[in-house]
Amino acid sequence: MGEPGTKELLSLEELEAAGSFRTGRKHIVSILVENKPGVLTRITGLFARRGFNIDTLAVGPTDDETISRITLTLDGAVQSIDQVTKQLHKLVNVLKIRDLEPTETMARELALFKISADGAARAEVMQICEIFRAKIVDVSKRTLVAEVTGTQEKIDAFERLVRPFGLVEMARTGEIAIARGRTET
Amino acid sequence: MRAVDALMECLKAEGVEVVFGLPGGANLPTYDAFYDAGIRHILVRHEAGGGHAAEGYAKATGKVGVAMGTSGPGATNLVTPICDAMMDSVPVVFLTGQVRTELLGTDGFQEADTIGITMPIVKHSVLIQHPLELPRAVHEAFHIARTGRPGPVVVDIPTDLSRADIPYEPITDVHLPGYQPTTDGNQKQIRLAAKALANARRPVIYAGGGSIGASGELTELATSDRLPVTCTVMGLGAFPASHPQWLGMLGMHGTRTANYAMDEADLIVAIGARFDDRVTAKLSEFAPHAKFVHIDVDPAEISKNVPAHIPIVGYAKNILPKLTAEYRALEPDPGRLEEWWHRINSWQERYPLSYDDSPDAEIKPQYMIQALYQATEGDAIVCSDVGQHQMWAAQHYHFDKPRRWINSGGLGTMGFGLPAAMGAKVGCPDDTVVCVTGDGSIQMNAQELATCAQNGIDVKVFIMNNGYLGMVRQWQELFWDRRYSQVDTGQFPDFVKLAEAYGATGMRLTDKHTLVDQMKEALETPGTVVADVRVAPEENVFPMIAPGQAARDMVG
Repeated sequence: MGEPGTKELLSLEELEAAGSFRTGRKHIVSILVENKPGVLTRITGLFARRGFNIDTLAVGPTDDETISRITLTLDGAVQSIDQVTKQLHKLVNVLKIRDLEPTETMARELALFKISADGAARAEVMQICEIFRAKIVDVSKRTLVAEVTGTQEKIDAFERLVRPFGLVEMARTGEIAIARGRTET
Repeated sequence: MRAVDALMECLKAEGVEVVFGLPGGANLPTYDAFYDAGIRHILVRHEAGGGHAAEGYAKATGKVGVAMGTSGPGATNLVTPICDAMMDSVPVVFLTGQVRTELLGTDGFQEADTIGITMPIVKHSVLIQHPLELPRAVHEAFHIARTGRPGPVVVDIPTDLSRADIPYEPITDVHLPGYQPTTDGNQKQIRLAAKALANARRPVIYAGGGSIGASGELTELATSDRLPVTCTVMGLGAFPASHPQWLGMLGMHGTRTANYAMDEADLIVAIGARFDDRVTAKLSEFAPHAKFVHIDVDPAEISKNVPAHIPIVGYAKNILPKLTAEYRALEPDPGRLEEWWHRINSWQERYPLSYDDSPDAEIKPQYMIQALYQATEGDAIVCSDVGQHQMWAAQHYHFDKPRRWINSGGLGTMGFGLPAAMGAKVGCPDDTVVCVTGDGSIQMNAQELATCAQNGIDVKVFIMNNGYLGMVRQWQELFWDRRYSQVDTGQFPDFVKLAEAYGATGMRLTDKHTLVDQMKEALETPGTVVADVRVAPEENVFPMIAPGQAARDMVG
């Protein structure tokens, strides 16, 4: 690709092809940070600067109140994450980063679905909920609210099944994850 | 005591000799504390001047520089120096005033989100939220700025908190669990690197700004055998330019010898260098035959642009002596480098740095630098601005010692030179400090001439005046069909009068035959001197790797 200082005309294809190495898989990155103001902004800022899109993001406390855990997922098929994890390490308030191996990781997400379900549809929706071990947490004349936990894929599947009934709204937390076995995440 | 008095105690405990700054509403308490703190403060005329002065001080002395500004515009004026310090890894602590806490986020008078604005361009930053946090935050700021890969740290202090009465106890322990730089280098990796070096037939040492603090160790390694050395524009002086193993600077305007050597090398040892695009040129054709040893204190630099075969993370100063010892222990055969030196010497003979001198009295810009070298006997601290003059100075002023060449390499900040020279002179009062600048660059911080004159800071400014924004003109000439768009600065202002208005001595130098003597006169004139050196207007910096080309295709 031509140098920005030259007259050479750049085609859009060339611009798009100029990406770096990509892993081609989903990444779950677990980051332990000091619980201080602005830490999340620093982290998301690093991603934004490199044009990365964070698919999901979850932040919460850990067993140590001075430390928070940030779990985020990225698509390695569209972005290379190696540089960004190295840069994350340089942030003074970041204590630990792990790019979790999918097979060695327990990952869960919680989702709430508001589904239109009146008349005959109601029974059918409740049957689907049962199969997915979703809990009905609110009922109104025309709608149900179902709570589902599981992997991203399970929740995606649930969504596909209930959508035809009329999905009023949906809220998802984004995945949190922990390493399998005795090793610390 | 007041939190700001504790701040003064912290600065003293950190060994701060001088602060460059400018007061305003939000840092009035801090300036009140300065009144009897006994720390030298230099009142600059623009916060950017203060920021670059702190950088110049840090680069010349190796200590942490300190710059201050008030909230809002004071802080936004510091943005360029903060970014410059980040790009060139300069240890500077920036102390900014902030509106009182109840006004934060309300668009208060002179309020700007300083932490937010500077977040991507700092090594670290902190907004003080409780007065008791201040002393520790200041010590942490110095620790972070100085250690690992050095860089800028911003401490933003709301004005109400700075007036709070706090108990102060000296802090001696700074422990940051998330900040533990690796400093010593892995011994196994060092051994591997020594082996690779001992087996290399065409090695090159490529040293950057990170080797400035390890100049002795670098020279020791290179001269433990006949290892050829090239430096980046940030590394000049880390290896003596008068040494026979010196290849010259590399990169876009480096010597052909250095660039050809990189192109044909079989092993490149990068020391505190980051494979910048101005060094690699076309990345896919950069050093195609080489394996890379990469020594850097910042692990994020390893394999960022060029994959490293043998990465070593740590301070060059700690790693190089071990590498030299391991290398010596292998007793490599010096004869294996014969052929390589033969090749290098043939390039040196064929392609020395050269230019066509003028037939008359006209001063060629390259000659201006050579004359300056003669007039200063090669022993000045040279602070440069950004543009053609910077490249010519880098090429023709041969630096034998580190911390003698101070320029803005990464960000390329016009307006850096004069304030940086001011800071360097404050840090090294016994040295001759010159500022090599252009007629474009000097005007971006010319107001600091007043600071120099008022404080008796003897900086000698040499303006390479060609009436153009020369580097942009050169690119328009070479790559944009000579369509000179917005680069003609004419002969404005009259620099001699400008100098006099600021209380400095102004001179105009136009004749190459008397140039060296007139430069000596300028250097001997007490006080701040501005020499307007009129040079050939349309001279180009060569040699050059044209944009998008590989090193072997250098032109000029």
